[in-house]
Amino acid sequence: MTLTAPDASALHPDGDDVAELQARFDAIIEADQRIEPRDWMPEAYRKTLIRQISQHAHSEIIGMQPEGNWISRAPSLKRKAILMAKVQDEAGHGLYLYSAAQTLGISRDEMTEQLITSRARYSSIFNYPTPTWADMGAIGWLVDGAAICNQVPLCRASYGPYGRAMVRICKEESFHQRQGFEILLELSQGTPEQHEMAQDAVNRWYWPSLMMFGPPDDESPNSAQSMAWKIKRFSNDELRQRFVGMLVPQAEVLGLTLPDPNLRWNEETGQWDMSEIDWTEFHEVLAGRGPANAQRIQHRRDAHEQGAWVREAAAAYAEKQAARERQAA
Amino acid sequence: MNAQLNDAELAESAKATEAAPATTRRDAASIAALHDAEAADVHVSVDDVDLAAELTGADASTTASPDVAEYAMRLGDDALILSQRLGWWISRAPELEEDMALANIALDLLGHARSLLHYAGTATGRSEDDLAYWRDEHEFRCAWLFEQPNGDFAHTIARGLIAAIYMQELYTALSASTDASLAAIAAKSVKEVAYHRDHAVQWTLRLAGGTEESRARMLVALTDTWPYIDELFRDDELHERLGDVAPLPSSLRAGFDEVWSAVLAEAEIAERDYVNPKVGHSSGGGRFGNHSTHLGPILAEMQVLARRHPGATW
Ligand SMILES: [Fe+2]
Ligand SMILES: [Fe+2]
Repeated sequence: MTLTAPDASALHPDGDDVAELQARFDAIIEADQRIEPRDWMPEAYRKTLIRQISQHAHSEIIGMQPEGNWISRAPSLKRKAILMAKVQDEAGHGLYLYSAAQTLGISRDEMTEQLITSRARYSSIFNYPTPTWADMGAIGWLVDGAAICNQVPLCRASYGPYGRAMVRICKEESFHQRQGFEILLELSQGTPEQHEMAQDAVNRWYWPSLMMFGPPDDESPNSAQSMAWKIKRFSNDELRQRFVGMLVPQAEVLGLTLPDPNLRWNEETGQWDMSEIDWTEFHEVLAGRGPANAQRIQHRRDAHEQGAWVREAAAAYAEKQAARERQAA
Repeated sequence: MNAQLNDAELAESAKATEAAPATTRRDAASIAALHDAEAADVHVSVDDVDLAAELTGADASTTASPDVAEYAMRLGDDALILSQRLGWWISRAPELEEDMALANIALDLLGHARSLLHYAGTATGRSEDDLAYWRDEHEFRCAWLFEQPNGDFAHTIARGLIAAIYMQELYTALSASTDASLAAIAAKSVKEVAYHRDHAVQWTLRLAGGTEESRARMLVALTDTWPYIDELFRDDELHERLGDVAPLPSSLRAGFDEVWSAVLAEAEIAERDYVNPKVGHSSGGGRFGNHSTHLGPILAEMQVLARRHPGATW
């Protein structure tokens, strides 16, 4: 359910109108209904969403690279097909999220520009390298898995286009997670060398995937407002707990070990006890240190710049066609 | 509705390991369409493609004769190597929509390759992967066109245009094959190749009719790629032996030329604009295992991991 579309004056309100609009906005949020693009919204809400959705879109696009790296070398034709389809899905997610952000009044060109000039953030998990085939399994199982835990609650985010985008995306992410799990299972039950490859990849991706949920609740500056606006519905730590709870039985089926000797269920607290996360590494990666960040951006910039003449050609051609049609009419 | 973590939803995602596996494919248009439904609840539909079912004609009881297997291998290798080439573009295309379109085409071709190689392998008890990963360069049967580098986007389009027009003529004719497996594979493939052809035609028109630079690049690409057309239409003894199982390549030429000329005419490109009379047709001996210098590195990359682990499954 949504508000009826506001008239033009409501879009550029002044004085008392704002208070009334704010009240209507608050009521929608309070009632767990959706804000739609044509509804009035506080500027800070709009900005927060643009930042979050575009960062999410950038992450999908940058996320194509670590896995794209293995398309040409996938060890069977079936795996090649699945991987290619997966990376294509990520492009689709990016595209879909960019268009959700566009409904908030930012253009795709602006967002692309922010990305390739390093002014925008993306999920730093994609700055880790993918040295072995087992990384395709670990990324699917752990990174897509963490993404699902983060994103399923976003399906009910208060902003309509974002919530709907997430419904579609979550569906596909769960295929990705399943495919990653399958890759690891096959490796784990394969030759000793394959098993070792799988364990090594899980060792490398486990902690970074836990960091994907962000800093602990007491150090997460933007979380409170986002939760009040119902953009975000659960705290970082809550989601991290859920994720670990999901991994433990799956790791058992895989025959692989999660690299945390202190990981155990605590009956008293009803929580998973785990080792302290090394947040210094998180902040390092977040700050974009290390060569991978620059490489990922460079890759994107190259594609963008080398494709410029193609986009220009398409635009010029479309213009000529339109002119021809106008003449004919 | 309350703000509790929806356990059912989370459980569903956690259950990902039990859900039916599938790869998903879609195009940019369907994504744009999703956003058209502004405030209405969007109907989510994911086009699931079950990979096992993609092995068209994969009927265990059918075994290809040695000649049919050789023929299927030629077609399968064409599709496989072109798919391998196109896969490079994913994350490097001029725009996101093209990342998706080129990936779609690469995926279709890989599907064709898998069906054809699976069938070819039945003659000698080999799997699609045995054929893809464990044959050496001289055992591959692809034509030189498919081995050509991606070049700039115009080269990829020129190569794709020739490939798709050829494949559409080929699969249309092959749908009437007396070999039921080949006929089934061709009938499925021809629909997808029609989309590839449309994609290549649209881009040929855009590049030729876009800017001065894009037109110049398109002409260079045609000049560089045109010599590899002839090899596709050469008959040899295999075709004579196959009879009604497969069309003679030479019989497909008229259909190819008709479409090719029509596209170039619409793009306002004359033969003298791209044919360099000093450069003849390529001698391309791909059907007999004599390849361009490009195939070796393609195979080295494609096969490296599989060959590191003989006997392993993935
Ligand atoms: Fe994604
Ligand atoms: Fe994913």
